[in-house]
Amino acid sequence: MGRQIAEAIVDGILVGGVYALMAVGLTLIFGVLDIINIAQGILVVLGAYLSYVLAVHLHIDLFLGLLITVPAMFLIGVAVQLAFIRPLRGQERTSMTLLVSYAVALIIEGILYKIFGPDYKQLSSWYVTRSVHVLGFYLPYIYLFGFALAVLLIVALYALLYRTPFGRSVRATMQDEVAARLIGINVSRVAAITYGIGVAVTAAGGMVFGATSGGFNPNSGYDLISRLLAIIILGGLGSIAGALVASVFMLTLESLVDVWSPNWAIVVFYAALVIVLVVRPTGFLGRREVRAQ
Amino acid sequence: MRPPGGSGLPGAGWRLGGVAVLLAVAAVFPLVFTNPVITNYGVFALIFAGAASAWNLFSGYSGYISLGHAVFFGSGAYTVGIAAKAWHLTGLAVFGLLPLAAAVAAAIAVPFGLVALRVRRHTFIVVTIAVFFIFQLMAYNLSFTGGTTGLSAPFLNWQAASYNDPFYYIALVIVVAAVALSWLVRRSRFGLQLRAIRDDEDRARGLGVRAMRVKLGAFAISAAFTGLLGGVWFYYLTQVQPPSGFDPLFDLSIALMTFFGGIGSLSGPVLGALIIEPGQLYLTTRFTNGYVSEILLGAIFLLVILLLPRGVIPTATERITAWRAARARQAPAPPDAGPEGQAGAGEGTGPGAVDGPAVRTGGTPR
Amino acid sequence: MTVLLRADGLAKAFGGVRALDACTIEVDQGSVTGLIGPNGSGKTTLFNVMTGYERVDAGEVVLAGRKITNAAPDRVFDLGIGRTFQLTRIFARLTVLENMLVPTPRGGRRARGADETRKAGRGGPLGLKGAQADRRRAMDLLDFVGIARHAAVPAGTLSYGQRKLLELAYVLIAEPDLILLDEPAGGVNPSLVNHIAARIRELNADGTTFLIVEHNMEFVMGLCERVTVMDSGSVVASGPPGIIRTDPRVLDAYLGGALEDEDDA
Repeated sequence: MGRQIAEAIVDGILVGGVYALMAVGLTLIFGVLDIINIAQGILVVLGAYLSYVLAVHLHIDLFLGLLITVPAMFLIGVAVQLAFIRPLRGQERTSMTLLVSYAVALIIEGILYKIFGPDYKQLSSWYVTRSVHVLGFYLPYIYLFGFALAVLLIVALYALLYRTPFGRSVRATMQDEVAARLIGINVSRVAAITYGIGVAVTAAGGMVFGATSGGFNPNSGYDLISRLLAIIILGGLGSIAGALVASVFMLTLESLVDVWSPNWAIVVFYAALVIVLVVRPTGFLGRREVRAQ
Repeated sequence: MRPPGGSGLPGAGWRLGGVAVLLAVAAVFPLVFTNPVITNYGVFALIFAGAASAWNLFSGYSGYISLGHAVFFGSGAYTVGIAAKAWHLTGLAVFGLLPLAAAVAAAIAVPFGLVALRVRRHTFIVVTIAVFFIFQLMAYNLSFTGGTTGLSAPFLNWQAASYNDPFYYIALVIVVAAVALSWLVRRSRFGLQLRAIRDDEDRARGLGVRAMRVKLGAFAISAAFTGLLGGVWFYYLTQVQPPSGFDPLFDLSIALMTFFGGIGSLSGPVLGALIIEPGQLYLTTRFTNGYVSEILLGAIFLLVILLLPRGVIPTATERITAWRAARARQAPAPPDAGPEGQAGAGEGTGPGAVDGPAVRTGGTPR
Repeated sequence: MTVLLRADGLAKAFGGVRALDACTIEVDQGSVTGLIGPNGSGKTTLFNVMTGYERVDAGEVVLAGRKITNAAPDRVFDLGIGRTFQLTRIFARLTVLENMLVPTPRGGRRARGADETRKAGRGGPLGLKGAQADRRRAMDLLDFVGIARHAAVPAGTLSYGQRKLLELAYVLIAEPDLILLDEPAGGVNPSLVNHIAARIRELNADGTTFLIVEHNMEFVMGLCERVTVMDSGSVVASGPPGIIRTDPRVLDAYLGGALEDEDDA
């Protein structure tokens, strides 16, 4: 029993790292653009499919393939932002962009169905099927590599945000869009690029997801996005550190509950969200809001 | 807002007449078009018209976009299914369970709302999605919901030719009730406070509006109607399963219909549903793979939100009003009745709504 | 002179910025008190904290002897405090008259008003808008501030000055005992400013207490019987306008030399 629990915790942490990667992109987008990008779920799946195509048809290694898919997803993200999100203005921008994002997600899902059909796909490679034996645990290589990738990308993201001029613009926009505009920051450009980055990060997440999910199809987007949303709300909308903490926490929690009852594990996910919101409406590390808007 | 001298569209008398005509048409529709294939479209269109109206009563007026109303729809469906089985009801008696469906949905709305309505608007949307998934999962996993197989309704041995008709009329009655209640709410202080919350919730609270109570009340009413319709839908289809009773596309569909017709208005959701639902139905029968309807739904939604954010009907109304105003400007200048402008006119206080603001131009209260 | 509202040692910080620092202020019952100070001195924060839009870090707010610190906006309203905003907050999509009907009727102060308020509050749980007394009062108030002829238009189409009048009107409809006005004359043309000042005097004569934040010195000095000056989050001086005008601490607060006046009118 103790062993099962220990395994569950380790699993949870490793998978949590992967989810952190996807959640960070989502919370970053919220922080800068003030929108909840529902399409993130299906974009992860799209990333997975892109990796799939590269691996199966061009025999490119999954990690190497990221050199192609990440920039591709970045461009797709920028295009989506420019086409569908930038035009939205007005008082109810937040709700509208959420709906638009949902609509875009539907379209992408439909297209993926058309191209790939409903069959489950799986990304595979030597490191997906083999594990390393450490301290009595079997850890599949893919999880370790994926975790390492997640750490690498998050560190890179932090470096971008805190060490570059562009990153300064992003943080300024996150804090006060009007003020940022006033000091000459091209907020539109920052928004588009940030959205692109948020989406590009999902390409990496998508690849690892595709390798570790046990099979994905276009329908996988729903489950993904609901988890990601729960994570970023728990961590506090806009907080990258929060997304990290919440990812690991939630996935570990789910992993533990899964030992006891696989069916209800996912419910725990949402239940935790609801409970935390009752107690602290802004999440673990979220900014203190001035009453419900 | 209005061109001087009155609205560019027919006055209250004409509008009431229009409504009466519409009702009459709706009432005789199944008698004229007896083909069950057609009345089937009618039933679905009405069910969604009611659902969209109910959704609009909460989300349209308060500005809190709910993507979890499927919770109420599915709960209503399952309530009727479970109760009918447990109490061995058949035939017309099953319709007697509808109020129970409404009550259950409203009862769910209370704790749901107490949690969800405390947070900011976009968090609210996410919470509704989360609760939706919780309910879908419960439907899959709880024993009394029949799991993946779901529930089936007792068999109705009515004649095939007129089978749809009772469902049609029940749905029609519900739609009329929903719209009537929306109209009443709109005219009431309760509705006013709800709409004030949409414009500036903190300010409203600072003026004594009991925001949580008002929002919760609207949420519960909206839930009750949605649950009611879920019950009807279940009995009509004679079955429910988790993915159909709790369908992630349900909320997006009714949101689309409402936006299309004009969110916040009275006739918008109904008209939106009457136009869009038959289209959706047609697509699902024509293309058995879901993806075409999905792509189209998404694409139409994008078009509506990006190009016609206030909805097709209010935008069309504005165009007509502007056109008439341009014509009227050839006449001698009427007395000043306030600034002209389209700000806010599209939200149902403009000439296109079935109701109108309680006070006519000129400032004298009615 | 009884003190109606008292804020004691209020402290409020936003990140590293101390917006309020041991701020203590008193407003006498039935007075028109002015609150002036350079930008960033904490005046609006003080308002926000007193009316529940922000929470204090320390200190007390006392209304007629009762502690109301950190009370929520709806409670503050119930207690009889009304407030307007610098950047007017109105319900843009509702008509002007509908804006007036949003506030929940309280038990009014005056006997006459209370009677009508009771009648107005009726209409069942839905509170059907047909209540005549409600609308009559609303129209009367719109008339009082001078925008009655715009009753049927969406409030969003009003000009800035008209919005200020609307805000004043719907704050009045609940018959508050104390009204906090945040820059009622800011950005408003001079004739309208006199109109607003006259309305304030009328209401004050009837017993309403006012606390007014303003930059328009002529407005403040002409209207207020007592002026309080804030700087960097605390009160530096308080007294009759004549004295305040020449107080060296006040001149200091406005960064040396003559008070920045908008009195070219």
